[in-house]
Amino acid sequence: MDNKNQKNNEMRSHIISTLVENKPGVLQQVSSLFSRRSFNIESITVGESETKGLAAMVIISKGDEKILEQITKQLNKLVDVVKVVELDPDNSVKRELALIKVKADSELMRSEVIQYANIFRGKIVDIGFSTLTIEITGNPNKINALISLLQNFGIKKIVRTGPTAIAREASL
Amino acid sequence: MRGGEAIIKTLIEQGADTVFGYPGGQILPFYDMIYDSDLNHILVRHEQSAAHAADGFARASGKVGVCIATSGPGATNLITGIATAHMDSSPIIAITGQVPIHLIGKDAFQEVDMLGLSMPITKHAYQPKNADEIPSLVKLSFDIALGGRPGPVVIDVPKNVQEEELSEYVVDVFKTPGYNPTIRGNPRQIKKASKLITMAEKPVILVGGGLISSEASDELIKFSNLCKAPVTTTLMGKGAFPENHEAYLGMLGMHGRKVANLSVDESDCLIAIGCRFSDRNTGNVSEFAKNAKIIHIDIDPAEIGKNVEVDVPIVGDAKIVLKALIDSITKLQGNTEVKSQQWYDDSLLFKKECIPRFSYGDVPLKPQQVIKEIANSLNEEAIITTDVGQHQMWAAHLYNVYKPRKFISSGGLGTMGFGFPAAIGAKVAMNDNDVVAVTGDGGFLMVCQDLATLKDYDIPITICLFNNRKLGMVYQWQNLFYNKRLSHTDLGQTPDFLKLAESFGISAERITKPGELEFALKSSIKDGEPRLLDIIVDKNEFLPIVPPGCGITDILGEYKLENDITYIRDGKDDTFDSISDEDVDEYGEDALGGD
Repeated sequence: MDNKNQKNNEMRSHIISTLVENKPGVLQQVSSLFSRRSFNIESITVGESETKGLAAMVIISKGDEKILEQITKQLNKLVDVVKVVELDPDNSVKRELALIKVKADSELMRSEVIQYANIFRGKIVDIGFSTLTIEITGNPNKINALISLLQNFGIKKIVRTGPTAIAREASL
Repeated sequence: MRGGEAIIKTLIEQGADTVFGYPGGQILPFYDMIYDSDLNHILVRHEQSAAHAADGFARASGKVGVCIATSGPGATNLITGIATAHMDSSPIIAITGQVPIHLIGKDAFQEVDMLGLSMPITKHAYQPKNADEIPSLVKLSFDIALGGRPGPVVIDVPKNVQEEELSEYVVDVFKTPGYNPTIRGNPRQIKKASKLITMAEKPVILVGGGLISSEASDELIKFSNLCKAPVTTTLMGKGAFPENHEAYLGMLGMHGRKVANLSVDESDCLIAIGCRFSDRNTGNVSEFAKNAKIIHIDIDPAEIGKNVEVDVPIVGDAKIVLKALIDSITKLQGNTEVKSQQWYDDSLLFKKECIPRFSYGDVPLKPQQVIKEIANSLNEEAIITTDVGQHQMWAAHLYNVYKPRKFISSGGLGTMGFGFPAAIGAKVAMNDNDVVAVTGDGGFLMVCQDLATLKDYDIPITICLFNNRKLGMVYQWQNLFYNKRLSHTDLGQTPDFLKLAESFGISAERITKPGELEFALKSSIKDGEPRLLDIIVDKNEFLPIVPPGCGITDILGEYKLENDITYIRDGKDDTFDSISDEDVDEYGEDALGGD
């Protein structure tokens, strides 16, 4: 029908910020909901929130408007989920943390890796005979850029938290 | 007071004095406490029956049904019943035993992760970690099971928590900031809907089970009359609207009445209340109600826009929203003539042309004739329950229900074996009503062990067993869509259902000819004892069907019409009187038959 609510069919990543009761099993409830309804999860991060007893769970999920609407509504149905909002990508801060262990067994390689880390505002958090470990936070794209540079040296291991996000103060 | 005693006390405080259960190792302490309590415990013979009986209890009475099982296999046997209740939004509470807390996660004997298993099929699941939590948890479980859109709740109680002493019995109001159903419809949407309805020339109302949960039948009748809109229901909505009302079109969907399917297709304004647009109702979604603006009223926001795009969404309780709509439409209409009067009148005429044929003199019995005789034997307070399959669709299609909670069937999950135990639950809940379980030979054999329960507690229900020695519905699909390759749908000639019933001490009768069932069912009800009626029906009689993937107007199969339409009646219960067996002619061979 021409005048049915037109939904945007474009598939894109959405940042869903939720407040959940900080109880065992809540993460399972949320992830089980996603697999049960075949919603996609790109990443999920959980940690304590500003309120005692509540945890902030940030989920990045790919889908069109209709899927997003279902995700929000189905999440809201869970008894332990207190609040669900989608963050506007233009008006929120999204950050990820990564730890990258790079091969660096010569003086030259070490100084080069350290330089790269500095340019990307990363920190060297561990140093050994043959490797360096860099801690970096930032937008996932920035982390990707650093990783692709470091690949020339030989990456031993990468661990990433997946992005978490927060809304900026509403501009007036 | 110990944990288990606290459960019993809270159950009774919440009005749940009857429970269905089956004991076992990890629930032993609780059963030991039940022994001394006022709880009316009914011992079923399989945990699945406990869940279905609790479900039947809940659907017949509107109260919460409670079932109990032990940990491990007891708990997993409840799963089918819990999932059935979840799909059909029935408020039940399942209490399961669990291994003591210090053994959880150790793969102890009869340990299973009941919380994890039940998560996707419940509204919520709890495991109290100490006895002090129990009173509040049980109370909260009732609130959740009944609140908003009803559904099942699981309480998984570790053995040591059942035995633990409470420091004090306090029913705290648990804080659940994440659970707060919207009851009142948004006034702006109600205004928008009212305008749309008053402008509509061809409105149709589609009603689901939500209207029964909300007990809004009176409002629905008023509403339909006010906006001159005929009413169709889903399977779950049967009984929400009196089916002898002139405005009632019949059930919608895959096995819907022709007039209902075609009216929805032609409608310019579909008002859907408390339903979820299941694929069995809509057929091909892209063709569903394609000429209509859709107004969707439901208490569960997630249902709105899930399957069908909606023009006006109203989240709220059907009763409250309908009242608001009635007020605002009355004002809008003023003294002007209702725009849809012509459509309404036309629908009634069209309906008269679509009366399915009931009367057959054939042997083996035609299912239509069987339903007719069941209907003739029962009063309007009688409750019928069904399994899943052909007999269910015959009943849904042809059996008229006049009041809510009088037709109980497994809709969403389509659970074979539901009907018989659900009838036990319904009868226990509503002792004054006659209860009939309509079931098939396939589904009944899945739960026939509970004939023992029937006998032990002397629960006077009548089982009307449609016996065609086939898994009829699958058999029908194989004939229609699988090139008549009848893979494993023949049930053979065993058992002898009469002897089966007799071995449990239940009287039974075989019905083979027209007229016999009406007589047998009436006397069974009069005798007030449990009875099984083994009805030999024609395996080749198929119900018209909308093939999967098609629009609901593409009805496949001959839609046999009653040739004498004078039987359309003003009063009720004279449904079939004007047709005698002599009127019955050979209406042509069933186009779909054969094996």
